[in-house]
Amino acid sequence: MADKVLMKGNEAIAEAAIIAGCRHYFGYPITPQTEIAAYMAKQMPKIGGTFLQAESEIAAINMVYGVSSAGKRVMTSSSSPGISLKGEGISYLAGADLPALIVNAQRGGPGLGGIQPSQSDYFQATRGGGHGDYHLIVLTPASVQEMAELTIKGFELADKYRMPAMILADGTIGQMMEPVSFDFEVAPQIEKPWATTGTKMERKHNIVNSLYLDPATLEVKNIERYERYKIVEENETMYEEYMADDADIVLAAFGIAARVAKSAVNEARKQGIKAGLIRPITVWPFPKAPFKKAVEHCKAIISVELSMGQMIEDVKLASEMKVPVTLTSRVGGMIPTPNQILEDIKKAAEGGR
Amino acid sequence: MVVFEKPKALTDVPFHYCPGCTHGIVHRLVAEVIDELGIEGKTIGIAPVGCSVMAYDYFTCDMIEAAHGRAPAVATGVKRADPENHIVFTYQGDGDLASIGMAETVHAAARNENITIIFINNAIYGMTGGQMAPTSLPGQVTQTSPYGRNTDLCGWPIKVCELLSELDGPEYLERVTVNSVAHVRQAKRAIKKAFQNQIDNKGFSLIEVLSSCPTNWGMTPEKALKWIDDAMIPYYPLGVYKDRSAQKKEA
Amino acid sequence: MMTQYLFAGFGGQGILFAGKLLAYKGLTEEKNVSWLPSYGPEMRGGTANCSVIISDDPVGAPIVLNPDVLIAMNLPSLDKYEDDVVPGGTIIVDSSLIEREVKRTDVKVVYIPATKMASDNGLDGLANMIICGKLMEMAGEYNEETIEKALAKCISARHADLLEYNRKALKMGKEF
Repeated sequence: MADKVLMKGNEAIAEAAIIAGCRHYFGYPITPQTEIAAYMAKQMPKIGGTFLQAESEIAAINMVYGVSSAGKRVMTSSSSPGISLKGEGISYLAGADLPALIVNAQRGGPGLGGIQPSQSDYFQATRGGGHGDYHLIVLTPASVQEMAELTIKGFELADKYRMPAMILADGTIGQMMEPVSFDFEVAPQIEKPWATTGTKMERKHNIVNSLYLDPATLEVKNIERYERYKIVEENETMYEEYMADDADIVLAAFGIAARVAKSAVNEARKQGIKAGLIRPITVWPFPKAPFKKAVEHCKAIISVELSMGQMIEDVKLASEMKVPVTLTSRVGGMIPTPNQILEDIKKAAEGGR
Repeated sequence: MVVFEKPKALTDVPFHYCPGCTHGIVHRLVAEVIDELGIEGKTIGIAPVGCSVMAYDYFTCDMIEAAHGRAPAVATGVKRADPENHIVFTYQGDGDLASIGMAETVHAAARNENITIIFINNAIYGMTGGQMAPTSLPGQVTQTSPYGRNTDLCGWPIKVCELLSELDGPEYLERVTVNSVAHVRQAKRAIKKAFQNQIDNKGFSLIEVLSSCPTNWGMTPEKALKWIDDAMIPYYPLGVYKDRSAQKKEA
Repeated sequence: MMTQYLFAGFGGQGILFAGKLLAYKGLTEEKNVSWLPSYGPEMRGGTANCSVIISDDPVGAPIVLNPDVLIAMNLPSLDKYEDDVVPGGTIIVDSSLIEREVKRTDVKVVYIPATKMASDNGLDGLANMIICGKLMEMAGEYNEETIEKALAKCISARHADLLEYNRKALKMGKEF
């Protein structure tokens, strides 16, 4: 086993990005993700990379757009209000079919909200966030180790499908330290013949663009993009099932909520209730299959979230409402306790909700 | 015998610009400079939202279309992706550069980002049909200042070269125009210097080009060129506003 | 076996560092560990706390709400968290900074004048390590080998001169 180090989730993202070959980072200070920028500021100059503190979130995402246009791996990170500002740039990245990695260490909202952990940017992340028809590949780490692994995965998928990927984390996973190993294989980066790196007078000029004034052309572009999304849905959906096979009560939760949910499942099992957990790791594409399977045997599904109920909509769609789907949540930076979830599991098991 | 030719750095796609618009002249000057410096193969141009948004069809070098106002940030990314091998220019209008993108402009200048900016100041939003620009003159009638720009209500025009010249960062700032043969020649010298500065790693160069918009000004092309002399140049004097290398030599 | 620790005190008392040492020691002993700090404006001059979980099984929720062990290094922390400690748990009180006694009767309480002990012995700022030493001793987990490895991880080579002070403070806590 490779040597494990204790590291904050945010730092693990930064280190993994460097391992993935990312040499350009642009960001703007915002709690609770500043460790990423601090790590990059320290490391990038040592390895010939670029760390630049941009004048705004808007500038940062457009610097990302520039590096990505030039065919290099690039990332930015922020937290909820900052991601809203990046929304325009993210839409442009999607519209120009550019890969990039965007990290959102979510905090409570709306508005300036708070700085404590939250999952209330789920809609923003999974539905696009900016204007127009598009998706991001959205990865939701539930441990520091996954912060590292999914960062690498995010770069690879973004390049492969020419679309932005997002690490949808939260303040807790970003701030907590856990053992992490960086002993993993990184696939060689793929060629990007579309990149604007100068023609060297050897080829016709490349154009990076999202403007199509002819509606028929724009329609085709959108349809083609969605065909690509379909392939992503077929091939890249990730999830974890925990004691879900025989469960009467199935919890649905991602990220930090999934960890609390897992504790609740263990406690419920101790008390003789057959509880289980489906943990989406990609929330776009959303894992529909395990829910389709679960409704064949479970009595109820509880979506455990740090929001007023956002992922629950996808859970309802995936389960086709064949069993009752309810919400257990805390918001504003609060986190549900295993006990709170356990109580709701008991209620659901008794069918008394 | 001198034969008039199209610069190699321009494609065969016909410009979509209105008759009498000076975008065509400035495009040509940029292309001529790219040809003369022999940098087409390493040049990446960035055209954000505005009348010139489709410049990607006109230049033979690699081109990027950017979000409104964000070209200097995009250029920062492209340049830093490969500083040795990329020559990067942006081509921006006044609404883009001095209104929605002012932060990106000022900060790229403050960082002395090694890029070249061609700034078209025609005192109006052209693409959207003639609204008041940050550079519209006091009293100027536009679609959104139908009674003339009222400075009590909507403030004063922004003088970009003067503003940026207060910064320690930028290498070169010059305001030119293209409404006469002499002015076109001076504009080309300025644009060439702005690219040469980048090749020499001197940093941020911005050339502000006072341009005409006969359609939205409601003038004939000829009258529009005269309006640059009569109204614009008195408010926006031509000349070099900053030349750090020259200043260093003097010191 | 899982132990949940809550370290709480003022910013600057080395609350986060103490938690980190314990977590690294756990890691060295091949346990599952997590460390979660409070973060935000309250870190500057206000209260600081961190949750540390050391467990044989994978760690679920990393937030410690009901600690098995509470380390209270100032009065506001004791006031805030005393009632949260699990029955039968432990509260360690820095008695040089907290004058009142623990009200709970269903927990084990240790009063240790760590801050005074530190300053009396030229170990200013290392009350946190004195308490750590006591804590490990009480749990029967004062293992010099793993402590040494954890210290090496927590203290950068640049500050290697501080190692000896930390060792001394830990030992002082152990022997208290």
